[in-house]
Amino acid sequence: MDRGAWEATIHGVTKSGTRLSDFTFTFKGILKVLVFNCFWIGQASGDLSQENKNLILNDPDFQHENLNFLSRSQRYEVAVKKSAIMVQKMRKFGIADPAEIMWFKKLHLVNFVEPVGLNYSMFIPTLLNQGTTAQQEKWLHSSKGLEIIGTYAQTEMGHGTHLRGLETTATYDPETQEFILNSPTVTSIKWWPGGLGKTSNHAIVLAQLFTQGKCYGLHAFIVPIRELGTHKPLPGITVGDIGPKFGYDEMDNGYLKMDNYRIPRENMLMKHAQVKPDGTYVKPLNNKLTYGTMVFIRSFLVGESARSLSKACTIAVRYSAVRHQSEINPGEPEPQILDYQTQQYKLFPLLATAYAFQFVGAYMKETYLRINEDIGHGDLSELPELHALTAGLKAFTSWTTNTAIEACRMACGGHGYSHCSGLPNIYVTFTPTCTFEGENTVMMLQTARFLMKSYDQVHSGKLVCGMVSYLNDLPSQRIQPQQVAVWPTMVDINSPDSLTEAYKLRAARLVEIAAKNLQTEVIHRKSKEVAWNLTSIDLVRASEAHCHYVVVKLFTEKVLQIQEKSIQAVLRRLCLLYSLYGISQNAGDFLQGSIMTESQITQVNGRIKELLTAIRPDAVALVDAFDFQDVTLGSVLGRYDGNVYENLFEWAKKSPLNKTEVHESYKHLKSLQSKL
Amino acid sequence: MGSPVPPVRPPHSLGAAIASTECVLCGWTPPSSWSAPAVWLEATHLASLRQSQAMEGNPVHRVSAGDAWSSSMHPDIESERHSQSFNVEELTNILDGGAQNTALRRKVESIIHSEPELSLKDNYFMTQNERYEAAIKKKFHILMLAQRLGWSEGSSELQYASRSVSGDLGFAIHHIFQKTIRSLGSEEQIAKWDPLCSKFQILGTYAQTELGHGTYLQGLETEATYDAATQEFVVHSPTMTAIKWWPGDLGRSATHALVQAQLICSGARQGMHAFIVPIRSLDDHSPLPGITIGDIGPKMDFEHTDNGFLKLDHVRIPRENMLNRFAQVLPDGTYVKLGVPKSNYLSMVVVRVDILLGEVLPLLQKACTIAVRYAVIRRQSRLRPSDPEAKVLDYQTQQQKLFPPLAMAYAFHFVANNLLEFFHHSYSFILDGDFALLPELHALSAGLKAMLSDFCTQGVEQCRRACGGHGYSKLSGLPSLLTRVTASCTYEGENTVLYLQTARFLIKSYLNTQKSPGSASKGSLPQSVAYLTAPDLARCPAQTAADFLQPELYTTAWAHVAVRLIKDSVHHLQTLRQAGADEHDAWNQTTVIHVQATKAHLYYVTVKIFTEALEKLESQPAIHQVLKRLSDLYALHGILTNAGDFLHDGFLSGAQIDMARKAYLDLLPFIRKDAILLTDAFDFTDQCLNSALGCYDGHAYERLFQWAQKSPTNTEGNPAYEKYIRPLLQGRRARL
Repeated sequence: MDRGAWEATIHGVTKSGTRLSDFTFTFKGILKVLVFNCFWIGQASGDLSQENKNLILNDPDFQHENLNFLSRSQRYEVAVKKSAIMVQKMRKFGIADPAEIMWFKKLHLVNFVEPVGLNYSMFIPTLLNQGTTAQQEKWLHSSKGLEIIGTYAQTEMGHGTHLRGLETTATYDPETQEFILNSPTVTSIKWWPGGLGKTSNHAIVLAQLFTQGKCYGLHAFIVPIRELGTHKPLPGITVGDIGPKFGYDEMDNGYLKMDNYRIPRENMLMKHAQVKPDGTYVKPLNNKLTYGTMVFIRSFLVGESARSLSKACTIAVRYSAVRHQSEINPGEPEPQILDYQTQQYKLFPLLATAYAFQFVGAYMKETYLRINEDIGHGDLSELPELHALTAGLKAFTSWTTNTAIEACRMACGGHGYSHCSGLPNIYVTFTPTCTFEGENTVMMLQTARFLMKSYDQVHSGKLVCGMVSYLNDLPSQRIQPQQVAVWPTMVDINSPDSLTEAYKLRAARLVEIAAKNLQTEVIHRKSKEVAWNLTSIDLVRASEAHCHYVVVKLFTEKVLQIQEKSIQAVLRRLCLLYSLYGISQNAGDFLQGSIMTESQITQVNGRIKELLTAIRPDAVALVDAFDFQDVTLGSVLGRYDGNVYENLFEWAKKSPLNKTEVHESYKHLKSLQSKL
Repeated sequence: MGSPVPPVRPPHSLGAAIASTECVLCGWTPPSSWSAPAVWLEATHLASLRQSQAMEGNPVHRVSAGDAWSSSMHPDIESERHSQSFNVEELTNILDGGAQNTALRRKVESIIHSEPELSLKDNYFMTQNERYEAAIKKKFHILMLAQRLGWSEGSSELQYASRSVSGDLGFAIHHIFQKTIRSLGSEEQIAKWDPLCSKFQILGTYAQTELGHGTYLQGLETEATYDAATQEFVVHSPTMTAIKWWPGDLGRSATHALVQAQLICSGARQGMHAFIVPIRSLDDHSPLPGITIGDIGPKMDFEHTDNGFLKLDHVRIPRENMLNRFAQVLPDGTYVKLGVPKSNYLSMVVVRVDILLGEVLPLLQKACTIAVRYAVIRRQSRLRPSDPEAKVLDYQTQQQKLFPPLAMAYAFHFVANNLLEFFHHSYSFILDGDFALLPELHALSAGLKAMLSDFCTQGVEQCRRACGGHGYSKLSGLPSLLTRVTASCTYEGENTVLYLQTARFLIKSYLNTQKSPGSASKGSLPQSVAYLTAPDLARCPAQTAADFLQPELYTTAWAHVAVRLIKDSVHHLQTLRQAGADEHDAWNQTTVIHVQATKAHLYYVTVKIFTEALEKLESQPAIHQVLKRLSDLYALHGILTNAGDFLHDGFLSGAQIDMARKAYLDLLPFIRKDAILLTDAFDFTDQCLNSALGCYDGHAYERLFQWAQKSPTNTEGNPAYEKYIRPLLQGRRARL
């Protein structure tokens, strides 16, 4: 993709709720997508000329401070400082090529959160996509040059994923040719946008447009919020930081309240919809691209899940190879904890999951590009399925990853709880993925809508295609309980293909159950919406089963494509483990659907344990293959060289609390001892 | 916004000071130090009490102090309290263990919340350093209060005081130090050290975990070598990994450490023993010679605690400093054993039992309170196109997220209290040298600690995520609850290791039942595993969904699965052994199944305790009914999430699983009606919850906005602008 293309792709997503950008995956994150092509992030560092790389690596300004010992204000300051230095250096070195910028940023910022990033990732792209040529001429130059720093304000205190519920209003006043922006309620205060609290002086604000007494729904407006030169909030604007969060300490996620705040008519982005000087509203042409960008961001998040989980697995597996504990055989030296079956059982299924999600992430990106090309040719036929799939997979992979990172942390015992492990930080940085860009349960229900639609289609005699084509088999006798006796013998627990079939049957069964329960409720309740709510637990189950099937299927297919025999063998083990572990964890579904027998489940459990033993010798190599640099992992426990304990001690000694042997707070202890 | 700010009504905790007179309504006595115009305050107090009782039938204590919104209820939360299917106050009394306890607790809370020094409000904005100082200051303040008001050590008042500040106090481990001396020290040692601890003339810590070893005690490397010539022990950290790591209060506070070390005397290693080691000067607090000491750096939470490291370089302590209730070293170096090998673990049992009610469970209860309250004031999307936006708690998926944790919060209350009773029962025997009950106590406390901490952690996280984006803000209170509860999965014994300890006990008990069929040995099975020999059904008799609401039916179902899995795990172990595998390899190769069996056993135990506790409440039918729904939900949720285990041997059929699922789904709307009241019954004050989302009055958004504005990021200017942003903007301009 060239620069224009990615800018086009990344423009304002208007239907997805809490913004990814609220958390600033930012410019850096978007650029990262460009190298999605490279399956293992890191291989592509050749994109940056060696000259520039050295420039960065040898520059004292680019040293990474240990943020763990800093307060929130200090972390914000360091982040702003880094961004400032980086922008100045890029100006100085004339780095302008997007790929070069990306690698420059990657080396400079590592996993860093960047308060000015929203200017590039959201403000400018939205301007490009929704602004007229005149508006672009007016604003683009100054925002690109950071004369103004912009952000994107969509989410409000009272509403996130349900966009239509947003309450901010922009009322047109034809007399002055201005829009009057208002936050009419406490709940309408813009809340969460990244860079809004302290950094930005402009925001693109999403508000309900009122003109000539009528509401025309959400539109985007450019709103100056801080005075140029003094950075003070403008009259009518209340702006600030929303306070401490679970993570993202460096980011000034902010609030914005507007009281009868007037902006010129020209500040409404009018490429698509317009308000004429007299207040006449002109409807936008249908913009299909919006649909595509939502898909794009969510498919990007699938890759982000893979990356975060891979990091957590790397740390936990490496540390488990270094940590010795207890004994398996009396008298022998203490074994590595990775030799304990319980530890393998905790970590290897997660490692397999990390690989599975890597492949799914790559698939999502390929599919997105392919379908994007189709859209270019006017073929929109595959978009609904892709939209449904990305919503579900975003939820499925982020929920799984969220739990898995915690499991990795706990597998590191007490030291996992220390920030030295890096795992708390990976967790708190990842976990908002479950709620932003569409709250996961809502995402699962979107996928369910597609599944129900497909089911109805099949039921009315039409065939469906794509990942849901298994529904075509539904009316046949295959999943009728009385007929399934023939099925169990057909599941071969050593064949990924056969296991994929088993997952397919599970998905088909759960989709059908949800559909039937939904129909029953519709008959009883009259209202479709109420029936939908009373079936929603079943619907989420169906979506999860569908997504699980897709992941197993993609993993299985990917393994077959790998030529190198030794790599194929090790990945095949992971693929089997992933599939069998899922069956073991959801045995009820497979038994109840008569997809597998009790004795097969017993075999599955036995086979899992064999696979743990088989994977054990390759475990460290499998995480090394993710190829994370130590600085990226930010973990004393996950060091490549394994010298954990020495470095842990050194790390702790750096704590500011240890600067003096007797801490100043001793005065409290002393008075305690004297007074009691 | 511009909404008018209602007049601030002095809430109970501030407003009722009638000097040294008890409040007639709840027995609250203001501290004598207070002086206030008594008549005005009395009138206000009575008025506010009446108003609030008329409104929600509960005392005013639940209303927060000091927030401008407290005198009005958010209509969305008020409507939840309109029709009450049970008396919330009675349920609170049950949770407190009696109405008099509720009254006492509230009295203490009122006192605590009226002390500005004990406010938690600024916690989210503080640095690690500030949190530590504040926690010490609070502890100090509470001790002063205790002295003045005559709250004795270990009293209910002090426990309630700790609860009302969410345990945000220094010196938690000091008390473990003291308790350990009481359980492992001789009478003489107790007489010497206990008063010093009580008067805080020394500050103790409990130093067990090392850099390289935690739960596996025998692997600890610190050595205590007896030197008969001087009658001293030489305590030493021989390796890098032997450095003591993690003990709370060690980094900056403690003057003495109770060090667990390998005892070496007369050339023989005698295993782990406890030694009192002075580590800091009592004069100037500087580390003593041979001691290297410090803070281990930032953690996920427990910022108020100075978890520390301790390196000992041939530190000499007198012979008398080894705790010798169960073992001693005579002056000539002879080792004398007085207890069983396990007796050294006793102090860990004490702590595990303590933390469940004192630390772990309240965190889940708070998370449920916050998430359920927020879910009735948060409106999102519509259930019907014509309706206003719906409360998110009306969505089935939201109920599915929140009600299982809520049911657990109640189940575990009864479980933890049951364990505490059993502990008190057996502890006195053990101290007198009768160890018969120790294995069961050890197994039960280890297993339940693991299970409750696991489930509470998952439950808190579930609650946090159920609050969407705002659950990510620290001001919601939920991130801190999570980071705090999750520590309990690894401290005081890593959970997997603990499950396996329980597993060993189960296997032993099971093998005992096999030894002499029909003999007296069956009768002697410890109570918690007596069901191993109970008659078992091969098939569940349920025929309708309603059958799954019979406690006996689901308890039996859990017993069946637990017994089957225990048998199965023993069978696997024996098969491997017979195939020639070495005993220890065979154990390692079957640990995953042992853990699975143990979890089923523990689920059975908890279901059983909950249902038995309910039987005792039958005289209060309304409360019995609402709690029984939670008990049903708890048992069924477990069955459905482990459906495979129940289907496996055909105990439940597919059709029966569907019945169970129907029964489960049908419970949700019933619990929905009582959800707010069930969380109100926990009776956490707003100050103690310290959550912008979970306040009693439901004004989450106003509070969130107000609290955010108080953040130092908003009040302390923006140095980053002057230093970096401005030059960035202007540097460019100059070039343009």
